[in-house]
Amino acid sequence: MERRAFLNIGGAALGAMLLPPFGRAIAADELLRPVETKFKKMLADTALTAATQAGASYCDVRVGRYLNQFITTRDLNIENVTNTESAGVGVRVIAGGAYGFAATNDMSPDGVAAAARQAVAIARANAKLQTEPVQLAPTPGVGEVAWATPFKKDWRLVPIKEKAELLIAGNKAGMDGGASFMQSLLFQVNQQKYFASTDGSYIDQDLHRLWVPFFATAVDKASGKFRSRSGLSTPVGMGYEYLDGRKEDKFLAAGGVTTLYRNSYDLVEDARAAGKQAKQKLTAKSVQPGKYDLVLSPEHLWLTIHESVGHPTELDRVLGYEANFAGTSFATLDKWQTKKFKYGADIVNIVADKTTPGSLGAVGYDDEGVKCKRWDIIKDGVLVNYQATRDQAHIIGEKESHGCSYADSWSSVQFQRMPNVSLAAGKKRLTPDEMVKDVKKGIYIVGDGSFSIDQQRYNFQFGGQLYYEIKDGKIGQPLEDVAYQANTQEFWNACSALCDERDWRMGGSFFDGKGQPSQSSIVSHGAPTTRFNGINVINTARKIG
Amino acid sequence: MKKLNQEDTKRLADKVLSLSKADECTVTIAGSRTGNIRYARNAVSTAGLVEDTQLAVSVAYGKKQGTATVNEFDDKSLERAVRRAEDLARLAPENPEFMPTPSGAPFKSSPTFSAKTDAIDPEFRAQVAAYSIEACRKNKLVAAGFFSDESSFQTIANSRGVFGHQQRTKVDFTCTVRTEDGRGSGWVRRDASDVSKFDARAAADIAIEKALRSVEAKALEPGRYTVILEPAATSDLLAYMFNSFDARSADEGRSFLAKKGGANRLGDKLFDERVNVWADPWNPDVPVLPWDAETMLPREKMDLIKNGKIAALNYSPFWAKKQGARAIGAPGNIVMAGGGKSTEELIASTKKGVLVTRTWYIRMVDPQTVLLTGLTRDGTFYIENGKIKHPIKNFRFNESPVTMLNNIDELGRPEILAGDESDFQLLIPAMRVRDFNFTSLSDAV
Repeated sequence: MERRAFLNIGGAALGAMLLPPFGRAIAADELLRPVETKFKKMLADTALTAATQAGASYCDVRVGRYLNQFITTRDLNIENVTNTESAGVGVRVIAGGAYGFAATNDMSPDGVAAAARQAVAIARANAKLQTEPVQLAPTPGVGEVAWATPFKKDWRLVPIKEKAELLIAGNKAGMDGGASFMQSLLFQVNQQKYFASTDGSYIDQDLHRLWVPFFATAVDKASGKFRSRSGLSTPVGMGYEYLDGRKEDKFLAAGGVTTLYRNSYDLVEDARAAGKQAKQKLTAKSVQPGKYDLVLSPEHLWLTIHESVGHPTELDRVLGYEANFAGTSFATLDKWQTKKFKYGADIVNIVADKTTPGSLGAVGYDDEGVKCKRWDIIKDGVLVNYQATRDQAHIIGEKESHGCSYADSWSSVQFQRMPNVSLAAGKKRLTPDEMVKDVKKGIYIVGDGSFSIDQQRYNFQFGGQLYYEIKDGKIGQPLEDVAYQANTQEFWNACSALCDERDWRMGGSFFDGKGQPSQSSIVSHGAPTTRFNGINVINTARKIG
Repeated sequence: MKKLNQEDTKRLADKVLSLSKADECTVTIAGSRTGNIRYARNAVSTAGLVEDTQLAVSVAYGKKQGTATVNEFDDKSLERAVRRAEDLARLAPENPEFMPTPSGAPFKSSPTFSAKTDAIDPEFRAQVAAYSIEACRKNKLVAAGFFSDESSFQTIANSRGVFGHQQRTKVDFTCTVRTEDGRGSGWVRRDASDVSKFDARAAADIAIEKALRSVEAKALEPGRYTVILEPAATSDLLAYMFNSFDARSADEGRSFLAKKGGANRLGDKLFDERVNVWADPWNPDVPVLPWDAETMLPREKMDLIKNGKIAALNYSPFWAKKQGARAIGAPGNIVMAGGGKSTEELIASTKKGVLVTRTWYIRMVDPQTVLLTGLTRDGTFYIENGKIKHPIKNFRFNESPVTMLNNIDELGRPEILAGDESDFQLLIPAMRVRDFNFTSLSDAV
């Protein structure tokens, strides 16, 4: 996850900093006026023709219009309502065996033709230092097609007043519950993406996403201590119906310690619980460091999966393309080639997909026009595959791309980004409470917290939101100052039990950073409640000044 | 589109201000041209150029505010933007904490522009990449790097007479060099406003040397060590700490700068008395704009830490008014006093210790103490009797910058740097620090 973006939403300075690059604020009424497909096709064809005439052997064009609305609150006040729009055209070409890319917000035929020619010129300059030509896996042209995120309620049609009232009701519930301060935000995204390529595809997609994070902080002025608990919602690829908080979408956590959610979310209920729990954290017992069996809820485990399985199996990292920024990967090609590399225990099955309904990664086609699908990354504990784009497929002997190409804006060049990477549920029936029964000395962790991992994804450290002692098969008192440190391969091989499908839920990131210049992606990770035996837990309490 | 000059943006701003009928109106115009080249596996992977100019207009009726922007600057478009902002303001909920922007006084310009940086072309970028790629090919090493250059301007204006316009330029270069077998890795970072102060060949040589020296790393037991932290090893730790210098959070009791029993720790001595840190928009090495665009308040040269004591906190206009304090534009740079020694000289006077080139993936573990975790990366060495003895495996640390700045042994010569994950421009020294807390080993190279 990208810290800069996260700081901006979690820190004190909100508002202007939330504007994404190239975003421009617009009135709500503007959001609904679509750009005609005919116009987008004309622009795309202009660019394809200009690039081909300038000598490109391949060209793709992305005509993008990105609409966002952000609402930020602090305690009982609405701080800001911002509508932004960003529209423009990005052109990627291959010429002389090398890539070139150029983008423009001049959406005239002359403007896009000039960008296409500039992309070809850049490709020719890059070709001079190129050692091997770009090799694209074939992907069939699909003609004129369309795909849209399935949703029931369009966030663009929900009055701002209704949204503001919901956020303030959540903040009030948190403060009634025991929080001294509340901050909440509502991010709403609509991406209208049109893709065309010299392969003969014209793909029109309408994507909708939503996230409603909050932060409850309890302060004890007398002791000078403060503690926070953030919301247990997940960012989703669906409409405003996510905030319906339907009864059938609620689950009690192990030991009944809090309520968890799938498919829809009760903001006010979770905020009230957060206020109470933030206050409880002020006096919770400080953890005794040592080895524990960890029972990790999906609301926590998604981020561990993201960092320790998602990123290391990105093929561009494995090959060294990210060496100067995020780093490389311990999951090297030679390990994969043995077909025996035990990434995790036999019960660990990790699946990549861009099709799960409601997930952030779900789209019809990726940003190279490849139809999205599902495939195994880890099968029965063994590393069996990576995440690849068209120009990488041949390296791992595949005949087609996995559909993992993504750009965060029309003005950014697309590259390999993580699909949803999820831990499959256990095949045997098992509930979180039943899982806890087998634990003699353990900790139950709910919610994601602090996260850090090295540049090859060996050594990691994670915190959470809520920690409970498990003693002789029972959930006990709340704990504080907990973080676990482990080595990726040892951790996944210590996986000892998985709850079944009934307990499988997704978490995800709205701001996953990668690349230079850095681009922000969105990705979901599903998991059931899962147990890991004998993991090293440290105590993070310190004294200063 | 033609790059707008001060005359152009003054005319646009005046036009917008004259169109608004609201109680208050502010205008921000920002334009940039950013070029970059990225390479990996000894070949260029991507290169690009992005240009963009935006005009944002914010208006307020009482405590109700609305914002709109345009990227077309004819009279009709400007009028549409103003009317749209006014419509949004009328619909917006009242914000009890809304504060008007300040009244005008001229800004003292800072040296943020370099014509040489402004003139960088694709051939220059390709040559930057070529230096490290060719040197690495020759040495059987693998280079990955990123060079970006930006030439931009910002204009701010409001209906109370504020007007500011300034151009700025910057270049940023990072390069990672790895051995072919992946057992050694070195890195370098260089930042400058004026590209003539940037030497791509010399920078690449540092990464190459570190890569060659870091092969055959030995494992050292985790624990507390005397460390020499190069500037890139402390930049993000310091940025995390200075991001927590918010007066409101401290007064509300939710910051490491909150006092037991209430109030904040302004004036308290929290660090070694040799720690002196200030912000200065006019510093020639790390110049920043003389205003804070969000509040339109002028920046000032101001002490942040003086002789180890907290010398200033950041007050938002609302919190300043509530607490009877003065709001100043939030700092854009951090300058920390150092000594005269180079890193090599610091090593020469170290009996036993660890040299850290950089730290990586730093995250807050506990804001109560600014406890941070992260890892060393791309060149970690064991020092014995004033010499680098051998490379060592990377460590994870769990340490607070507050503790680090209390345990200072000696400060080196300050260097210019941009943070990995922060927006501050930094001029900070290498530091020798006692008892730095490494909590586990990492196999990563």
